[in-house]
Amino acid sequence: MPFGNTHNQLKMKYSAEAEYPDLTKHNNHMAKALTPAMYQRLRSKQTPSGFTLDDVIQTGVDNPGHPFIMTVGCVAGDEETYEVFKELLDPVIEDRHGGYKPTDKHKTDLNPANLKGGDDLDPKYVLSSRVRTGRSIRGFCLPPHCSRGERRAIEKLSVEALSALTGDLKGKYYALKNMTEAEQQQLIDDHFLFDKPVSPLLLASGMARDWPDARGIWHNDNKTFLVWVNEEDHLRVISMQKGGNMKEVFTRFCTGLTKIEELFKTKGHEFMWNEHLGYILTCPSNLGTGLRGGVHVKLPNLSKHSKFEEVLKRLRLQKRGTGGVDTAAVGGVFDISNADRLGFSEVELVQVVVDGVRLLVEMEKRLEKKQSIDDLIPAQK
Amino acid sequence: MASNFARILSSKRNVGILSLVGAGSLSVGFFLTREQYVSAGAQVRRLYPASADYPDLRKHNNCMASHLTPALYAKLCDKATPNGFTLDQAIQTGVDNPGHPFIKTVGMVAGDEESYEVFADLFDPVIKERHNGYNARIMKHPTDLESSKIRGGQFDDNYVLSSRVRTGRSIRGLSLPPACTRAERRDVERVVISALAGLKGNLAGKYYSLTEMTEKEQQQLIDDHFLFDKPVSPLLTCAGMARDWPDARGIWHNNEKTFLVWVNEEDHTRVISMEKGGNMKRVFERFCRGLQEVEHLIQEKGWEFMWNEHLGYILTCPSNLGTGLRAGVHIKLPRLSKDPRFPKILDNLRLQKRGTGGVDTAAVGSTFDISNLDRLGQSEVQLVQTVIDGVNYLIECEKRLEKGQDIKIPAPISQFK
Repeated sequence: MPFGNTHNQLKMKYSAEAEYPDLTKHNNHMAKALTPAMYQRLRSKQTPSGFTLDDVIQTGVDNPGHPFIMTVGCVAGDEETYEVFKELLDPVIEDRHGGYKPTDKHKTDLNPANLKGGDDLDPKYVLSSRVRTGRSIRGFCLPPHCSRGERRAIEKLSVEALSALTGDLKGKYYALKNMTEAEQQQLIDDHFLFDKPVSPLLLASGMARDWPDARGIWHNDNKTFLVWVNEEDHLRVISMQKGGNMKEVFTRFCTGLTKIEELFKTKGHEFMWNEHLGYILTCPSNLGTGLRGGVHVKLPNLSKHSKFEEVLKRLRLQKRGTGGVDTAAVGGVFDISNADRLGFSEVELVQVVVDGVRLLVEMEKRLEKKQSIDDLIPAQK
Repeated sequence: MASNFARILSSKRNVGILSLVGAGSLSVGFFLTREQYVSAGAQVRRLYPASADYPDLRKHNNCMASHLTPALYAKLCDKATPNGFTLDQAIQTGVDNPGHPFIKTVGMVAGDEESYEVFADLFDPVIKERHNGYNARIMKHPTDLESSKIRGGQFDDNYVLSSRVRTGRSIRGLSLPPACTRAERRDVERVVISALAGLKGNLAGKYYSLTEMTEKEQQQLIDDHFLFDKPVSPLLTCAGMARDWPDARGIWHNNEKTFLVWVNEEDHTRVISMEKGGNMKRVFERFCRGLQEVEHLIQEKGWEFMWNEHLGYILTCPSNLGTGLRAGVHIKLPRLSKDPRFPKILDNLRLQKRGTGGVDTAAVGSTFDISNLDRLGQSEVQLVQTVIDGVNYLIECEKRLEKGQDIKIPAPISQFK
């Protein structure tokens, strides 16, 4: 609950055992890492803004599991959450991010020149390309915890920064609560409009409070660069276009992000970042790069192949339906993206996607011709 | 037994407390240390001025939005109850849910008994609007569970399919569902089921915990229409009452399946007496007897229900203050329901219609749920008598219409007796 930490002190009159959540039927990262002893040690703590352990874990307590993916089950309410509750979050991060240790360092690389190739994915198979990440503004609480005043301040700062973008990044902001019916329909047709979250994973963490106050969508006139304000994170930044030119998408992504960061700095603000966790976001699964680079790609034959899942795993790729994280694929068209977020740089992750998708398309073409793909099966990356 | 005040003081051994505990504001400055800062009744940390945090209620139509002015928000926003419940928490459901297609919603909840006092400046006008002008500062609410006072109350089974009376009760000293911790909620469960285990005779029954019930038990409860599920209405989920579901939630019912208690759903307890057919008198007798016995049983263990002479029984939603009582029938009114005078007749009889699926549903066929509109300012006996007299009138109308005779809109009955 936002800034209402008085309640945490009242809980201390009950024993840790009496307050400990029932996680016997749970299967998420938080439930795996939390123990009664850890709960006892952490429950009297709070971040400077008043975020408590129970605030961190509420979404994981309320949502025992998910049919498709192993959920994280905890969120941060501010930058300090990752420090104050590191005893819980470090093992969660290690489990979620492939063994990432508390002492590891994360590399940030937003130089698109370092990406090799990526401009030639076959558009007969690769229908669209997209890269997204998130950014948080240092000094403000995150969506699960922010007050209305904070959220509005975040919106104001963000809109000011975005309105200073020029050239092919020049665009316009549409506040959710002010948009006209015509604007709303256009944004829906462009597949840009985000709606109030319905997923209980998000609702239980408190990030949908006061909807649609201070939420909105900004996009450039070309409709290839899009920013969501105050949805699951302060900012979600998306570069996208039809076809397979991931290099162009990534270049615009990096240029846009760098420019936005500069603009924030001129106003005395910076993004939450540190050399251990990279960019700080609400969900621990998005730490590091917060980057999901992916394509919508037609793989009707490959997706029926018995080795499909194994190939994806070895390529460090993940499949989703084209409706997003909670959907299944329709008509052999898959959303294929990087599985990792932390411990690899942005360039490295997009390279993984580019190289991996190229291979998947090659496999699809072989299977179309009824040829074997055995010699193409990769080793584990 | 120990008063609420004493209970709070005695249990705060490990927390430094300010000298002032209870309702009202404290003018503590921002230079206090965090330990003093977060003690009971202390000021809430605010980074922004009230004007920056004031919710946007321009598209809202609920009781909270009608009465929460920027000035009132500024006055109350830095207060907290002794349990730490804040104004923002109280109004969150009303901010998140601008309106409802069928009814003007209340738009705020209490997190504990003290909420109604600490935030009285907002609760009082909301209560006044919702409860027909009831002035909580000066008016007294009558409680009367003497079911022998009821006259009549046995309806024609050709029209009345079932009869039901429900209310809620809160355990004094424990926070309400929007605010309670897991341990408090488990305490509510423990206290209530220990009391229910002491019921005897035709009230003897069994408790089914939501976390532990078998598939077979679950199916039986669904078939009996007893099982409640995790709330899906955003009015409830936005208030925080579904946290930690299904921990410490459960259903108790007697062996005869005519007396039912929900534990930790929207209130600490919801108590329901029901049976098929039109014997409302018997339903209410059992209701009163069951409630009085449960109260006696919790008192033996040193607990009591939240109640005061202005607001009657204290529940989570202000709409349920007073008696918290909804007495109703499922009734077939095929002709009357099509008569354009039907809504006015109901209104004058102080009755409300709902679909048979509950508050958020529309009627199916011509079977309606008819119940009392009012909750606060009249006693249980008065409200049930109102329902009995009103339903008798409706049945009379239906019968007259069957015979081709005309019906009359009754004179409006007075609200506060």
